[in-house]
Amino acid sequence: MALLELPAQHKQDKKRKQRKQEKNSPEDALTGTPAKRFSRHLILCLVGLAMLYPLLWLISSSFKPSNDIFRQLGLWPENWDFSNYEQGWTALNQPFHVYLINSLIVVVFSIVGNIFSCALAAYAFARMEFTGRKLFFALMLGTLMLPGHVLLVPQYIIFSQLGWLDTYLPLIVPNFMATNAFFIFLMVQFMKALPQELDDAAQIDGCGPFRTFLRVILPLCVPAMATTAIFTFISTWNEFFGPLLYIQNQDLYTVPLALRAFMDSEGQSMWGPMFAMSVVSIAPIIGFFIAGQKYLINGIATTGLK
Amino acid sequence: MSVLTKQAPGAAAALATAGGGKPRRGSSRRTNQRSGYLFLLPWFLGMLFTIIPFFASLYLAFTDYNLFTEPNFVGLANFQAMFEDPRLLQSLKVTFVYTFVSVPISLAVALLIALVLNRGLQGLAIYRSVYYLPSLLGGSVAIVMLWRYIFGNDGIVNGFLGIFGIQGPAWVTDPEFALSTLIVLNVWTFGSPMVIFLAGLRQVPSMYYEAASIDGASRWRQFRSITLPLISPIIFFNLIMQLIGSFQTFTQGYVMSGGTGGPADSTLFYNLYLYQKGFTEFEMGYASAMAWLLLMIIAIFTAINFIASKFWVFYDN
Repeated sequence: MALLELPAQHKQDKKRKQRKQEKNSPEDALTGTPAKRFSRHLILCLVGLAMLYPLLWLISSSFKPSNDIFRQLGLWPENWDFSNYEQGWTALNQPFHVYLINSLIVVVFSIVGNIFSCALAAYAFARMEFTGRKLFFALMLGTLMLPGHVLLVPQYIIFSQLGWLDTYLPLIVPNFMATNAFFIFLMVQFMKALPQELDDAAQIDGCGPFRTFLRVILPLCVPAMATTAIFTFISTWNEFFGPLLYIQNQDLYTVPLALRAFMDSEGQSMWGPMFAMSVVSIAPIIGFFIAGQKYLINGIATTGLK
Repeated sequence: MSVLTKQAPGAAAALATAGGGKPRRGSSRRTNQRSGYLFLLPWFLGMLFTIIPFFASLYLAFTDYNLFTEPNFVGLANFQAMFEDPRLLQSLKVTFVYTFVSVPISLAVALLIALVLNRGLQGLAIYRSVYYLPSLLGGSVAIVMLWRYIFGNDGIVNGFLGIFGIQGPAWVTDPEFALSTLIVLNVWTFGSPMVIFLAGLRQVPSMYYEAASIDGASRWRQFRSITLPLISPIIFFNLIMQLIGSFQTFTQGYVMSGGTGGPADSTLFYNLYLYQKGFTEFEMGYASAMAWLLLMIIAIFTAINFIASKFWVFYDN
């Protein structure tokens, strides 16, 4: 009997597994004839290769001598040349790590500001009751749709009158004022899913609202905060328009400005070094992407954030 | 704009994977007025920083402000001047062509790939990541510069065409082709709408398809009658977000043309021209008027979308 039951149990398990798979991916999971499946993979691989080719070409070009770059379509350098990185690093006023550090300063403060101010606002919207909450929430969602250029001129005037031009303050301070509605929305969505009993228990234990927020809710929001941090990192690291507007002093340039300056001054003759610095500038994004894929993809699926 | 604020987040919320629960009301919610406002304090400051510039910008749109002397009220003069400004009309044309070509193509590609990926293929995570990565990089200066060289005269695109004996055009320096390279760049970043489509497709209950295949409905029929209506709110959401993003393109045009919008103004995006007017010619009043025209254009397109959506967007509840 036992022998007979065992396979049956296995079969049941298998069936259950299959059903689970079907649930995970609607329509028919992993079905189709092998030929069909193969052709699907082939198409996806070809499209994927076309997607990655420009990036791979950039990386490979950064290791080729400048003269070879446009003569070879192939990705594998015939003559490896590491001097591109050395040359590119020192081609501008300052060595390239100065610009990396500049960008890092802006990025770190932006992340801290965004997480803290947006989490505070989200907690109020998601878990507190007060007059005007709904109205404020609607207003917050309204700013989500407002094109930034409408505010541009007056904000520039304010910053220049505060004497903030040629400092990082115009790039950092707005992040401490929860001006990025996307992240508030993301955290509101996340906090609403946490059980209300947590707040009640904390209250009974004598926690005030701020302690409840800091000790109970915030630690549970780590995934939402990670998403915010990664997205803030990527968008701030890439940001070109703000620094272009507010930073004139070359020593204060962030990475995108430095790259553009590079193109203006040397780009025509020094392909190799320029591509090398391009690789340096996007490497952190790719690194963060690999480390935080799960959060990124869930984050974008939640809010439609770019 | 008010319609927008009500509906689009609804569409986003439908996608929510992190959310789920409805807000709980009643006794258990904290009802402490003062601490609610205290938590919102940074946000209130931020709103001051949004609302004051919002109205200031509206006022400046009717002045000739140049940053150095007091603004004079000039009525509708800025708006009148806009319609006689050939560069402004050109920048509108560039932005519209860019938007109306690249947004539909990238949404179609995103949906198509999402449908294929949703078939439960092995290696889904890898494909998804590979397709998504470009959309994180698309706006960076490095990639736009790279694009400039890929499509350059001796770039790899023409090198590739040369294999087949085709003499490719001077993509970057020919006014007829310069914008199309940026359209290709924008389509290349289809990954972010694709991820949203994938999340939406996951939420279509599989029993609908089971029932349909029992009834003998073909694949195409199932797609048209089940998938399409059920993900229409997501298509709509993606459409709105891509439109708004595309109308605001700046970096691509700036870097590609070295700040000029050339050749022959063929990559003079609206926001690039706004930047030139405001921050190289210091016509802040004119730039503000331009910003308001853009706001109105976006609002009109969004409104049209919302009205049209009544006929094709299907809400389950």
